[in-house]
Amino acid sequence: MAEACITVKDLTMTYGDFVIQRNLNFTINRGDVFIIMGGNGCGKTTLLRHMIGLKAPAQGDVCYGDQGLWQADPKTRQSMLARTGVLFQSGALLSSMTLAENVALPITEATHLSAKKVREIVSYKLALVGLAGFEDYYPSELSGGMQKRAGLARAMALDPEILFFDEPSAGLDPITAKLLDDLILSLSSSLSATIVVVTHDLDSIFAIGNNAVFLDAETRTNIDWGSPQKLLNESTHANVIRFLTRGDQAGRNSNNRQARSEA
Amino acid sequence: MQSCEISSKRQQQVLDIAFSGDWVMDAQLPPLDALLTQLETDKTLQTVRFSIQAVGRWDSMLVTELIKLIDCASGNGLQVDKTTLPTAIQGLLTLVYAVPERTDAHRNQQHNSWSQALFVASGKAIAHGKEMLIFVGEMAVSTVATLRGQAHFRRQDLWLYIQECGPSALPIVTLISLLVGLILAFVGAVQLSLFGAQIYIANLVSLGMTREMGGLMTAIIMSGRTGAAYAAQIGTMHVNSEIDALKTMNLDPMAFLVLPRMLALIIIMPLLCLYADLMGIIGGGFVTVNFFDVSLTEYLDRTASAVKMKDFTIGFVKCSVFGILIALSGCMRGMQCGRSASAVGDAGTSAVVTAIVFIVVADSVMTIICNRLGI
Repeated sequence: MAEACITVKDLTMTYGDFVIQRNLNFTINRGDVFIIMGGNGCGKTTLLRHMIGLKAPAQGDVCYGDQGLWQADPKTRQSMLARTGVLFQSGALLSSMTLAENVALPITEATHLSAKKVREIVSYKLALVGLAGFEDYYPSELSGGMQKRAGLARAMALDPEILFFDEPSAGLDPITAKLLDDLILSLSSSLSATIVVVTHDLDSIFAIGNNAVFLDAETRTNIDWGSPQKLLNESTHANVIRFLTRGDQAGRNSNNRQARSEA
Repeated sequence: MQSCEISSKRQQQVLDIAFSGDWVMDAQLPPLDALLTQLETDKTLQTVRFSIQAVGRWDSMLVTELIKLIDCASGNGLQVDKTTLPTAIQGLLTLVYAVPERTDAHRNQQHNSWSQALFVASGKAIAHGKEMLIFVGEMAVSTVATLRGQAHFRRQDLWLYIQECGPSALPIVTLISLLVGLILAFVGAVQLSLFGAQIYIANLVSLGMTREMGGLMTAIIMSGRTGAAYAAQIGTMHVNSEIDALKTMNLDPMAFLVLPRMLALIIIMPLLCLYADLMGIIGGGFVTVNFFDVSLTEYLDRTASAVKMKDFTIGFVKCSVFGILIALSGCMRGMQCGRSASAVGDAGTSAVVTAIVFIVVADSVMTIICNRLGI
């Protein structure tokens, strides 16, 4: 029933001789909110960099549909990646441009729309993330949460089919993080986009994820995948359970986590 | 080119706006003006409804047009019936209107008259001057504190900075000084050979290099090389909150970052200047011996008798002053840097500009003083 959107096939990631993760295999379905989780330094962000075409894999490939990203020539790769949008950890807004210019940048590069129409789209995107009226601000004049939302507006500028988020809740207070999670959920339902989130924030994982993969730092591969709730209840891997229960093995059976995920 | 259309049908007090076709980014949009005027002027209308069953593909283009219509309709007191829209679009519209627009956030682009601009500019210049004085003051306080042993910097930092600005600058100083000596020789030779006084090229080159050009050229090279680097280093530290971290660890950033850099330049600049003088004299000698009929021994002899110790001393003093000015402007711009990537770039640029202005002004002042004192 579900159509595969991104398939990671036998992916091995290295920095020089140092292997970060090997033989990764998993599928992200269209319309999923897919979580890539794992402890610090297990290679989550590196995996994301492989998926968005910033770093070439040592072995294996990332397939969009049935087309391999790294087998394709650079031009095809660029057109495949044109359907994606990325929100980086710190927003990665260009500091010399205003918010409006930042969001307009991908639009003016990819289309021939009139300046007025671009401005309308920019205002719409900024309104979507709750930043209406902040068009002429510079990134440095905004708070961290606002910068992140502005980064999201830029990632969505071209109505991508796939949105990547690198640690969306890092450095945000719980309320702002919750708002961003809600925003991700409502965007996922109304844009019918596939969303890939790299995070280790348990609240977010249970709140938004309907599918997930766990990268293990010890065995250096993805030891388990499935929906976060299912992983918590059924996983046979000690590392996965330790991660999802904050190292508290008993927490698996307490309804504490359940209550959180329903909230 | 995709085609998309918009039509409207009036049923008593309800305006039904129907969209059809593909509303995507590369579509040619139909004009909305007629509809917008109708919404504004038709006072008997009460409700606006949308039907988009005939729309094929859609993206932000459709939503932005919808927003325009909704804003116009609700601005004129009409009711907007969003229930006929697909849930996806309803969801997006809810998000858009969830947070009211911050009207006070808009910036007014003001165009000032030239007198206002002049006023603002002079205000800025005064503020800059003030910042500079404050920086120099803090600098002096830190120096005193360091001398009394109340503040510290790491000895290995000083050594690192000396290496950075000394030996690694040698190749470029060599090239520039050789060429400057060569140029001085050529320029002088054209005039001096009119009187058959080619031998005085040696005096011109050696005095010119030691008293003036050696130091000046070294200073300009170092302000571009080291001054800009200092501004960028300290500026980036500012962006990463490293300076704040130092302050919380009870380390004085002035003593810890600025003093060793300044000290490194004060130590290195006279040495580089000496080296530049030598290179300039060699460059001049090459031209004089090869093109103007002067033997090497004559050239060296004239040089030795022309240059006195006081000429070297003047060059040294000037160069030390230039070193202080370069370190000062580099570190000052770094410390005043904002917290973004573009601010670091601005800091680098303005460090070089400030340094060069300071160097040339200081050089003129010192040259005039030397002339008045007759040394």
